[in-house]
Amino acid sequence: MTAKGKALPRLDLPPLRQVGRPLRRVDALGKAVGTTVYAGDFTMPDMLHAKVFRSSEPSAHIKQLNVNKARALPGVACVLTADDLPDGKLITDMPGQTGQERRKESDAPVLAARGVRFVGEPIALVAAETLAIAEQALKLIEIEYEVLPGVFDPLEAIKPGAPIIHKPDNIVASWKIRKGNAEAGLAAADLIVENTFRVPFIDHAYIEPEAGVAWMDDQDVINIRVCTQVVEHFRSIAQAVGVPHNKVHVRGTMIGGGFGGKEDITVEIFLALLTKETRRPVRLAYTREESILAHSKRHPFIITHRTGVKNNGRITGAKINMISDSGAYPYLSPYVLLYATVTSCGPYRIDNLTVDSVSVATNNPFASAFRGFGGAQAAVAYEQQMDEMAKALAMDPLELRKINYLKTGDFNAIGQQIKSAIWLEEEATQALAALGKKESVSDDAIKIGQGFATTMQSYGRIMWFHDTSRSWVGIEQDGTIVVRCGAPDLGAGQANSLCLIAAEVLGVSLTDVTFYNSDSAVTPLAGTTTATRQLYMSGNATLKAAKMVREVLLDRAAQHFREKPNNLDLADNKVFIKSDPQQWLSLADLSKMCAVDGLKLQHLALFAAPFADKLNPENLQGDIFPDFTFSAHAIEVAVDTKTGEITVLKSVGCHDVGRAINPIAVEGQIQGGSAQGIGYALMEEVQVRDGVTRTPSLSEFLIPTAKDLPTTRAIILESGTGVGPFGAKGIGEPALTPAAPAVANAVANAIGVRIHNLPLTPERVLAALDRAKRG
Amino acid sequence: MKAKAITLNVNGRRHQVTLFPNVTLLEALRDLNYTDVKNGCEKGDCGACAVELNGRIINSCLVLAWQADGARILTNAGLGTMESPHPLQEAFADAGAVQCGYCTSGMIIAAKALLDENPNPSETEIREAISGNLCRCTGYSQIINAVQMTAEKMMQQKAQE
Repeated sequence: MTAKGKALPRLDLPPLRQVGRPLRRVDALGKAVGTTVYAGDFTMPDMLHAKVFRSSEPSAHIKQLNVNKARALPGVACVLTADDLPDGKLITDMPGQTGQERRKESDAPVLAARGVRFVGEPIALVAAETLAIAEQALKLIEIEYEVLPGVFDPLEAIKPGAPIIHKPDNIVASWKIRKGNAEAGLAAADLIVENTFRVPFIDHAYIEPEAGVAWMDDQDVINIRVCTQVVEHFRSIAQAVGVPHNKVHVRGTMIGGGFGGKEDITVEIFLALLTKETRRPVRLAYTREESILAHSKRHPFIITHRTGVKNNGRITGAKINMISDSGAYPYLSPYVLLYATVTSCGPYRIDNLTVDSVSVATNNPFASAFRGFGGAQAAVAYEQQMDEMAKALAMDPLELRKINYLKTGDFNAIGQQIKSAIWLEEEATQALAALGKKESVSDDAIKIGQGFATTMQSYGRIMWFHDTSRSWVGIEQDGTIVVRCGAPDLGAGQANSLCLIAAEVLGVSLTDVTFYNSDSAVTPLAGTTTATRQLYMSGNATLKAAKMVREVLLDRAAQHFREKPNNLDLADNKVFIKSDPQQWLSLADLSKMCAVDGLKLQHLALFAAPFADKLNPENLQGDIFPDFTFSAHAIEVAVDTKTGEITVLKSVGCHDVGRAINPIAVEGQIQGGSAQGIGYALMEEVQVRDGVTRTPSLSEFLIPTAKDLPTTRAIILESGTGVGPFGAKGIGEPALTPAAPAVANAVANAIGVRIHNLPLTPERVLAALDRAKRG
Repeated sequence: MKAKAITLNVNGRRHQVTLFPNVTLLEALRDLNYTDVKNGCEKGDCGACAVELNGRIINSCLVLAWQADGARILTNAGLGTMESPHPLQEAFADAGAVQCGYCTSGMIIAAKALLDENPNPSETEIREAISGNLCRCTGYSQIINAVQMTAEKMMQQKAQE
């Protein structure tokens, strides 16, 4: 592969004192010494322990449910079934946000009443004096099912006569892209390449299973301490429980990993119901098995590309078809499908494009958000398709991509103009250069291969959601800083970034900043920690609030020094005259002066993303995301053709992050994200047979260990053109997206044959080699 | 079987507890508020509950509390504090080895067990030593950096002594 890139445009980033330096994260030491308290660590006096009774059938009518024996068990405080609930729905959507008519009655009930649609569906709740009693009570619940035919394959589910999960049919969402004339584009091609790719169910496998504790206080407020990506679920919780919105208070904790799996409501409503019923504190913590059965999965997709290309490598047109398995309830399936659809053809200019996407209900576990959010599945398909086209054209894969890459100012598949830097060519070139020459092996059975992928992944939410975030920044009278912002911290350093931004603007060190976050009542609401949006949204809100504080400080200091505010600066806990830094005043003294004058030293700022109207689901033409991150990943593998085993030898991720706020954290995102991508490619699969999860543990659902991965080299580029603070783009999800297709391309390069289904297990490798041998 | 009074010596503190035989050491430690010992799977798959038992690393979910009667138990929180962190804890914080932090306590115990045996481990040896501890955030590289940084620092300190 060639590795020759163009020179990058020169950038003029403003000099920063702390942003961009590899500083210790504000949350790191507490976690390292084991002091940080997680959701499962809280206990309260007089606390009850909860368990959930779940369906063992994937599709059944509940003929009879009898909880009398469980209720009668000594030590059981309460057993709740659907009969005891207000009209409890688990609402995961905000009103009207899909841009499509939502299916009535398709939201998951909090507790199943008449029937069940997947194995693990909650049916009853128990709260007891001890966990052992709660577990015993579960065994005393009597249920009689009338088993109904189920449907477990989305392709079967869209056939006439298939069992219907939600009336009127099993298609829970659909999107179309109509751009140019795909037929004419294909007709103009010299060559048409068609491939179908499949990806499986994936579990988030955060090491912290879902947990929480709830209690009612003296204002009748239901308080819920929980690990969640979305404290703003308090409204949906209140609705489901039947109390006013202001009577639910979600107190988010530090989260032991989220990746989208703690984006939907997990334990919150159960806790709220039980504490409301018993008026006692209640704790609920899922076991690993329950976690795998109860929370969402990454959607399996079946993606077909039919692409027309000229002999010179220019793509003339494409037809893409996507089918995702939403499982038993839609949750965020419509949006996941939308993301997949928007990025279905990748970061390439295709003027004649037709995309048809549907999400299909089955009796499988429900699927929802997972890091990459449809963009990851789309990339697995479009980047393998690019390599297959290059192979068919006998062209270098990078050369083919270079001919078709979107360039800054181009319009993407949905006709949205990309205004930020698109450095794909440079990223791919640098990643491949860092990969270097293929290792040589003496064993003929070992085949070495290299491959890469280049991808686009949005950051920030869909623009018709009208997304906002709020942050509050204040300076204390000793010159220390407080940041209050509702953003939950999943462990990716969300809170730290906000602290760093405030420290930069206010001229203090990071250790002088204390943060309060993730509280639906006492920290300003900052929206979800999802969609790679917190640095962009809450980072900008914090930047704005910190600048407001800075302005007050500089104005007061200007009076003191008889200078213009512009001639002053803040650094090292001081305000000083730029031209004469010997003239300075400590921030502590300055903030006392401001206090004496009654000046406002605490500011709340709101940042609003650009708003747009809903797009027409029949053609999807218009603006939809605030911006995209463009990324490359290169991989070298060794494939043992005798055993089918794949070893990843080298891994390089190259991403334009706009601006690296904390380079160690960015490197951590790239390494951690690509580890999930490599796992996706090679080993991860929640195996579901006839609706039953066959891999309900971490010894069956395998994620990479330290022995399964090489060190991913992170190459961080900074175009400064992002819409985040200081020109930052998002990196949380983009870090994952290119890794899996890069692995798949490397494997195909090694063995000379394409395996169309992930994961690339040894069995599949051997079967593919066998097929190739037989011709 | 009946409950029995046992002694758990945790991080230098003695606890007299009366427990049934089916209580795991993980449950017993968490009930004593050693919440740095994390529950990730209760099957020995994830390593989040790793502690030292008489100087040997174990998954506390796979050991019954009775088996630890009278033994010396060390958890990550027993290694250091915010004011005075253990070199591994410090290195984990500085190297980016801590993201969500949920695997960290078990990971640090695994790293300590390695360095106690092998003060100058290779990357392969570090990978082997922490391969029983799952991390979903970091991809392990910064964890490996942290262990290497600590090993170097501790060897330098020893050389100076």
